[in-house]
Amino acid sequence: MSGILVATTVNGDAVEFVCQPRETLLEVLRNRLGLTGAKEGCGTGDCGACSVTVDGALVCSCLVLGAEVEGRAVDTVEGLAEGDQLHPLQSQFIKHAALQCGICTPGFLVAAKALLDRNPDPSEEEIRYALAGNLCRCTGYDKIVRAVDAAAKDLRKQGRKA
Amino acid sequence: MHEVQLTASLRDAADGAASVTIDAATIRELLRKLVERYPRMQRRLDEGIAVSINGEIYRDNWSETIPDGAEVFLLPRIQGG
Amino acid sequence: MAHDKHFTNQEFKVVGTRVPRPDGVDKVTGRARYGADAFAPGQLVGAILRSPHAHAKIRKIDASKAEKLKGVKAVVTSADLPDLTNGRRDMLDILENCMARGRALYDGHAVAAVAAIDAETARKALKLIKVDYEVLPHVTDVDEAMKPGAPIVQPWVRTAGVDPAPTKASNVSQISTFGHGDVEAGFAEAHVIVERSYKTEQTHQGYIEPHACLASVNPDGTGELWVTTQGHFVFRNVCASLLGMEVAKLKVTSSEIGGGFGGKTHVWIEPVALALSRKANRPVKLVMTRDEVFRATGPTCSTSVDVKIGATRDGIITAATATLRYQDGAFPAIWGMLGAMTSFACYDLKNVKSVGYDVLVNRPKVAAYRAPSAPMAAFGVESTIDQLAAEIGMDPVEFRIKNAAKEGTRASYGPTYGPIGIGPTLQAAKNHPHMKAPLGRNQGRGMACGFWFNFGGQTCVDLNIGVDGTVNLTVGTVDVGGSRASMALIAAEELGIPYERVRCNVADTVSLGHNDMTEGSRGTFSSGMATVFAARNAIEVLRERAARTWDIDVSKVEWQDGKAVAMGSEHSNLSSLSIEELAAASPNTGGPIAGHNEVVADGAGVSFATHICDVEVDPETGKTRVIRYTVIQDAGKAIHPDYVEGQFQGGAAQGIGWALNEEYVYGDDGRLQNPGFLDYRIPVCSDLPFIDTQILEIPNPNHPYGVRGVGETSIVPPLAAIANAVSNAVGVRMTHIPMSPPRILKAIKAHRAESEAAA
Repeated sequence: MSGILVATTVNGDAVEFVCQPRETLLEVLRNRLGLTGAKEGCGTGDCGACSVTVDGALVCSCLVLGAEVEGRAVDTVEGLAEGDQLHPLQSQFIKHAALQCGICTPGFLVAAKALLDRNPDPSEEEIRYALAGNLCRCTGYDKIVRAVDAAAKDLRKQGRKA
Repeated sequence: MHEVQLTASLRDAADGAASVTIDAATIRELLRKLVERYPRMQRRLDEGIAVSINGEIYRDNWSETIPDGAEVFLLPRIQGG
Repeated sequence: MAHDKHFTNQEFKVVGTRVPRPDGVDKVTGRARYGADAFAPGQLVGAILRSPHAHAKIRKIDASKAEKLKGVKAVVTSADLPDLTNGRRDMLDILENCMARGRALYDGHAVAAVAAIDAETARKALKLIKVDYEVLPHVTDVDEAMKPGAPIVQPWVRTAGVDPAPTKASNVSQISTFGHGDVEAGFAEAHVIVERSYKTEQTHQGYIEPHACLASVNPDGTGELWVTTQGHFVFRNVCASLLGMEVAKLKVTSSEIGGGFGGKTHVWIEPVALALSRKANRPVKLVMTRDEVFRATGPTCSTSVDVKIGATRDGIITAATATLRYQDGAFPAIWGMLGAMTSFACYDLKNVKSVGYDVLVNRPKVAAYRAPSAPMAAFGVESTIDQLAAEIGMDPVEFRIKNAAKEGTRASYGPTYGPIGIGPTLQAAKNHPHMKAPLGRNQGRGMACGFWFNFGGQTCVDLNIGVDGTVNLTVGTVDVGGSRASMALIAAEELGIPYERVRCNVADTVSLGHNDMTEGSRGTFSSGMATVFAARNAIEVLRERAARTWDIDVSKVEWQDGKAVAMGSEHSNLSSLSIEELAAASPNTGGPIAGHNEVVADGAGVSFATHICDVEVDPETGKTRVIRYTVIQDAGKAIHPDYVEGQFQGGAAQGIGWALNEEYVYGDDGRLQNPGFLDYRIPVCSDLPFIDTQILEIPNPNHPYGVRGVGETSIVPPLAAIANAVSNAVGVRMTHIPMSPPRILKAIKAHRAESEAAA
């Protein structure tokens, strides 16, 4: 079992790690880099709890191999806040009580940011379809949709990209 | 004296009785006297029991007093999610 | 006053406001640590070998090759978990469910486990374990399991609740009868009788976080367990008992919990992880895969239910009966009994009888799922009620109002109700704009009621005041959905200080006395009650400290808005002392200031809800879409309305999934065919509308703030409400849950064929 040396960028920082060929990006993030914000809910790409972006594209990190992110930019929930300022999505999730147990929250935040990056003014239906790859079992999604809508408004008001 | 109603599933431990007359000031005394009369009831107590006094269900608080003339029901202990 | 459990109708300043939760930032930044997020120095990775057979005798387990594999540090089987249960069958059942003992009872039953230096090695080791199975006949359907000649799941089981006691083994572990009056006489008085049979399929709680723990046992008999659980104190007691450890020497810490809904009230992998750690003398992390969660943790029952209800032409129910057959999986339980207890609890009935059958099959041990057993019983009863209302020609809401239970009604399960909320929820439904909104083509509306018990139980709270007057509130009930915010609100309310000055934490088992599980909707009810008492206890201390500072009698000191105030004109020269001032002075007035409470918070009462649902059914595909949904429920008092609404919405969403999509599919081989979220499809964001809520506040007389549990009842009405809506939309009575597209299409086609044959 010889490992693969991978050089990549995680949340803006240059990172190097060694992983096994069959190791997933999720396993690398959690077990090798100590970034446990991404969660394993299924390991089969069905629940979205492990959502991260790779070069801006939303992926389930349980379906990406660690070795695949060589030279790419990985962004996770841990990189969402800017300094001591929570991202508007984070603030609105707390304000709207858009989480109960919170296990799905990192995935939802990453997926919602990916939505707002490409569509700053989504309709309710667009929010619902953009988040359809993320399972939440506690909330019935009601308060999540409202939080994402409120965060989109905040961002537009501030005139900034997600 | 209290007329203690037994839920059907507890009656086999009380020789089939649907109700039992017991003089007891508290749930603890009630259960002690019940087991004295029906030793087989001990196993049901071990498995878990609840006592309803005037419609309020008590699962653990055996010191609860039983007012005169109270409606008393012996129920199996229930579980929740 | 200080420890009076009774409702006092006090005015609230902060209770009832929508404050940010204390664990919010940790949870939106990825810092919150769940079951699988812990690491320990030198930790190993655990993995479990599971039976591929639904029912088999285990002749032999040969783990010698696995043990020899480089990197494997321990292999355990039932031999490493000896029976220490001292004749307690219920404990032995728990142990046997965690690790098979000579027989596999369902597909996924744990047979052996390994601990190795990494996941890859652990997986390889599992493949090297050779198990010699003798496959036995199996049964997975509840009705089949009751037939004569069905394979017997537990040869030691004799049906309880039958006179005379049977001598032969049966898959029916108990029969439970409830009711009163004379149902035959009641039916004779009825002008209209509706009798119907219903089926519901097995569903899983579907929490997104799989079971996970990190166990560490030392050779000196001490140990630690980090685990995702609804009740770490109970887990401690159960694990210590099964492993022969002393309770005080096993420290259990509850991680953040990624959903439970009843499924994390039982131990599944934890005793195995502890046994592996004990054998390897290394910490062991054991995390279930999703496949394991579906196959080998506790889903809810599948059921088969017959309901018969009769009424007079003017809409009075004269008699009602139900026979409820619930499959409990491979171990005896009380789910059929609970179905029988809850089935008719919403109604005021003169003549009623319900009989529950608890039935064993070769499926995983069933666990609670929110209000366990009540949704399936409500599906049968509320569907029948709707048909009866239609036959009489009465509005379904009016018919229910006419027969609703009220204060003084003898409940169908025995006792007489105190003040209860079924009538008010029905009135609110009647007046709700949703009931009057127009419906379009292929659309239908349904409504239904639901009942569930609330629990109290053993509870323990510490409240410590820091030198700056801020407050640490330490509770022992696991926070499953925002309860730390509610507890901090209650402490702030009592102490008269801002919410932001209170920090609520969940303690591990060495830091606080025993607390029962967060189950039975008890978290906010019972820890809330203990928090009220602990805060009042601390206020007593604060008053004493002020009296000492002023050198006056404590009876002259009152606590007002976070300050000690000296009463009486003779003390008008004394300016009040704030909690900050008293805290700062505390080293010299008697030391730390704290309040404590230990209580059995019994008397939690009962809970009712009414749901209204609109659906649109595509007649070509049979696909149903929920287009509007309203939950009306009595919360007693909503401490934090956001999280009360959240419980209402979450229960409704789970009910929608259960009603329309979710089901365990077993093959003829007795194996689960769909153990993953792709084939066991829970509702996603685009499946659902906004879920409207209406919180009623009918105070619970047995709680100082009037709180009732709210967590579970919201899952009771949806199956019936949606079934009534779908039936109204397609014009055919739906009697089998889930109402998946194939079932709806089949029902529509059968109805068309019947109508054509009749024409």
